[in-house]
Amino acid sequence: MSITNPATGKAFRWLVMLLLSAIGGWLAYVMLVLSRSPAGLGDQVAAQLNTTGVGNPVTAVLLNFRGYDTLLEMAVLLIALLGVWSLGGLADYQDTAPGPTLDTLSRVLAPMLIMVAAYLLWVGADAPGGAFQAGSVLGAAGVLLQLAGWRLGDCFSGMLLRVVLISGLGLFILVGAGLLLIGGAFLQYPPALAGGLILLIETAATLTIGATLAALFLGNRPGLGPKKADPEKTEPDHGNQHP
Amino acid sequence: MSQPFLYALVGVGLFVLGLYALIIHAHLLRKILAINVMGSGVFLMLVALAGRHPDAPPDPVPHAMVITGIVVAVSATALALILMLKVYAVTGQTALDDEKPN
Repeated sequence: MSITNPATGKAFRWLVMLLLSAIGGWLAYVMLVLSRSPAGLGDQVAAQLNTTGVGNPVTAVLLNFRGYDTLLEMAVLLIALLGVWSLGGLADYQDTAPGPTLDTLSRVLAPMLIMVAAYLLWVGADAPGGAFQAGSVLGAAGVLLQLAGWRLGDCFSGMLLRVVLISGLGLFILVGAGLLLIGGAFLQYPPALAGGLILLIETAATLTIGATLAALFLGNRPGLGPKKADPEKTEPDHGNQHP
Repeated sequence: MSQPFLYALVGVGLFVLGLYALIIHAHLLRKILAINVMGSGVFLMLVALAGRHPDAPPDPVPHAMVITGIVVAVSATALALILMLKVYAVTGQTALDDEKPN
């Protein structure tokens, strides 16, 4: 298998380069115009920030102003995982014994990563941080543990894992529907409750994002019952890691 | 020439580079990596343009889009990689065949 497509001759490459430099020049011109334009949403966000329940404008945009967007992105994560699982994963995945360095390091790092994730989640209300960052850190912890040979116990890999994987999206929809029931619009938080609701959604979203990313890394669908010793993904809130 | 514009220009460069690799290379892994480079370029453009007013705080809306975009890009890449591995397992090839439809 050659690295490049054998059908692409020199003339074709030059043509592509020519067209792409035209696109690049056009995009650069757009960037120049945009970087001088005064328009932006920063002022509107700042003006409404005290009704959102959080002090960090990025979190306010993510979970409040554009909450519907974030909800759909959680759905994208879940659908990607379903896609990976339904493709059957990798048949020839081998467990490898980690060296002593990786083994020790992962034992030290995993609790720290979980703590960092919790901190990022909590601080996200008022400073840079939030569910997606914390979830990414959790996912990294899960990937690290998998590389070190640790697997989730069978009792956690069945229904409990699936509940965690769906809790972020599920809780988001439940909160939105609940607000609909008490007379508001979908995901339109009352200012008095907004901070608590956002923290609740973010906590579930963090766990879901972390578990989903770690599960995506593994690729295999864990068995539903406790009978099978399938290679497994991690789930940080029940994690007592014993490789 | 302002600093955000320079960063946005780097983003444009990454996007164009990724698009070139996406067109030229047949290997599926290279195509997936090329799409990721393109995505990084787009994220860089968004973040750079968010800070285009030096005396005002950065615009939070593009930042929020980038944060979710990164996580979604990671999950889409995972799906693409599994698809590539499945193509390899079935056909023994790491590129899609143009000639025979199967």
